[in-house]
Amino acid sequence: MNPLVRRAIRRTGPQVKLLREFPKVVSASRFAPFTSLSRPPPNYEGHVPLTVPERGLLAVGSAVMSLLNPRRGDLIAALGEATATPYFIYRLRDAMLSSPTGRRILKDRPRINSTTVSLERLRSLPDGTVGREYAAWLDKEGVSPDTRSQVRYIDDPECAYVMQRYRECHDFYHALTGLPIIVEGEIALKAFEFANTLIPMTGLSMFAVVRLKPEERRRVLTTYFPWAIRNGLQAKEVINIYWEEELETDVKELRNRIGLERPPDLRKIRAELRARRRAEEAARESAGH
Amino acid sequence: MFAHPLSRRLLSAAPSKHLRSVVTRVAVLNSTPTSLNSPPPQNDQLSSEPVTHFGFQTVKESLKATRVAEVFSSVASSYDTMNDVMSFGIHRLWKDHFVRSLNPGRRPGGRPMSILDVAGGTGDIAFRMLDHSEKANGDRGTTVLCADINADMLREGEKRAIQNGYDSNRISFCLENAETLDSIPDNSIDLYTISFGIRNVTRIPMALRSAHRVLKPGGVFACLEFSKVSPAFLDAIYQQYSFSVIPLMGQLVAGDRDSYQYLVESIKRFPSQSEYARMIRDAGLVNVGKGYEELTFGVASIWKGVKPLE
Repeated sequence: MNPLVRRAIRRTGPQVKLLREFPKVVSASRFAPFTSLSRPPPNYEGHVPLTVPERGLLAVGSAVMSLLNPRRGDLIAALGEATATPYFIYRLRDAMLSSPTGRRILKDRPRINSTTVSLERLRSLPDGTVGREYAAWLDKEGVSPDTRSQVRYIDDPECAYVMQRYRECHDFYHALTGLPIIVEGEIALKAFEFANTLIPMTGLSMFAVVRLKPEERRRVLTTYFPWAIRNGLQAKEVINIYWEEELETDVKELRNRIGLERPPDLRKIRAELRARRRAEEAARESAGH
Repeated sequence: MFAHPLSRRLLSAAPSKHLRSVVTRVAVLNSTPTSLNSPPPQNDQLSSEPVTHFGFQTVKESLKATRVAEVFSSVASSYDTMNDVMSFGIHRLWKDHFVRSLNPGRRPGGRPMSILDVAGGTGDIAFRMLDHSEKANGDRGTTVLCADINADMLREGEKRAIQNGYDSNRISFCLENAETLDSIPDNSIDLYTISFGIRNVTRIPMALRSAHRVLKPGGVFACLEFSKVSPAFLDAIYQQYSFSVIPLMGQLVAGDRDSYQYLVESIKRFPSQSEYARMIRDAGLVNVGKGYEELTFGVASIWKGVKPLE
């Protein structure tokens, strides 16, 4: 068994029994065998049933292309969907089912986008609340909640929703941890998500460390990965947070409730290092004259 | 059978960024292969407006042109990359052969040609025509008019014309629907070409009649298009490749699976070589030989017709 899963079982008490029972692993295709020329009708809007070889090709192709260009969010999303079955997305769905809040989320199926979440209202909330931090983070990084692609390659509609929910909550995880959207911050957050949700794509994303500069790589490997793994395992499942109800909660209180520590502020560290380097350069130049 | 009532609401709340919201799949109606080569249903059951096919979907005739235009807006900037990826670069060989076999340019003692390239937005064929006229026939007077229904493709073409230094008195671009070619006068064109465009036209007979109208008597109609692959086992491999690999490439390279799904479906919908040669004959053009020449086992074919002298 995956050692991460073993530790997760040990640490999350009452959920032990359910996880050890191994959620029912539905076979990769719930359909009768089909070919790409005669696909079965979709289960939900936008659904594309893929054959097993197609799924494999999509996984490999999107992994390679997104490693070459990490800004291709749609390929990272496709990689997540192609590698989520068998087992992993079902495990995540069952983790949601085993929590009362998770069950409510699955029943209500709320969506996060610019029409369902009003940014003006969030900006007007008091400082230190989840909603205010989220809006401030969106403004600072210059992103909008509409940038997430739709799930298309997961066959079960409920699991497709779970993946969509994970994708839409990703920005909330950024706001919760304070990690910026630069590649370094994304990798650190993906490591945290892997330890917490066990989605394979998040684990595969950790290989993107090869794209970092040596100094950044050292920082990620020595500081952020240990933080991510430790906190991902000890914290409660973040997929079960009903964000729409937590908008007015204090961020620190939410972190305490989940069992999460804030990582060192990455932007501040980088800014300080840049300032120090600039000061050294200036000093060297003036000494040279 | 599989869809739950709840799941239909599943992904409907969020606005959809890509073409996906336009090219949605009408699943149950059109996914059966048996309905593939039959003519599209004549009338929509709900209204009396005529309908036609858009890939494997059924759409109102009046809407097809808009949806095709949207597909090409979506693919315009990555058009060449995708063509190379899908055909492994062979499309360049097809286009070179197409132009060479037409031999555009002034004949010794003759006059420069006026060429019309329809659905040629990015200028692939137009630039090859100009190069061939100049190098093979020493003719810098032949002109090419590039017509396309999609302004984005035309803009791409204009950009490339400037980048590659083609004179604006040799090449020009205009927004036209192949079915009508409104701004082009009768009997004015020596050579009409349409390359990988005719399968996107809503009413092919109308486009052929327009071609007949604008051509001078003795003028040549030439069409390069995807066609049916002949030996059955090769066809099976080709179909598998089209429907599995090409939409996947579209997703990986261009970030747009649906446009490439439409493209492969529209290839499958296109009539066979002899059927299309018959349509060309019906429009009043005289077939050259048996009407078509197959390339690469029938993956693409060139059809030629001549407008008879009165």
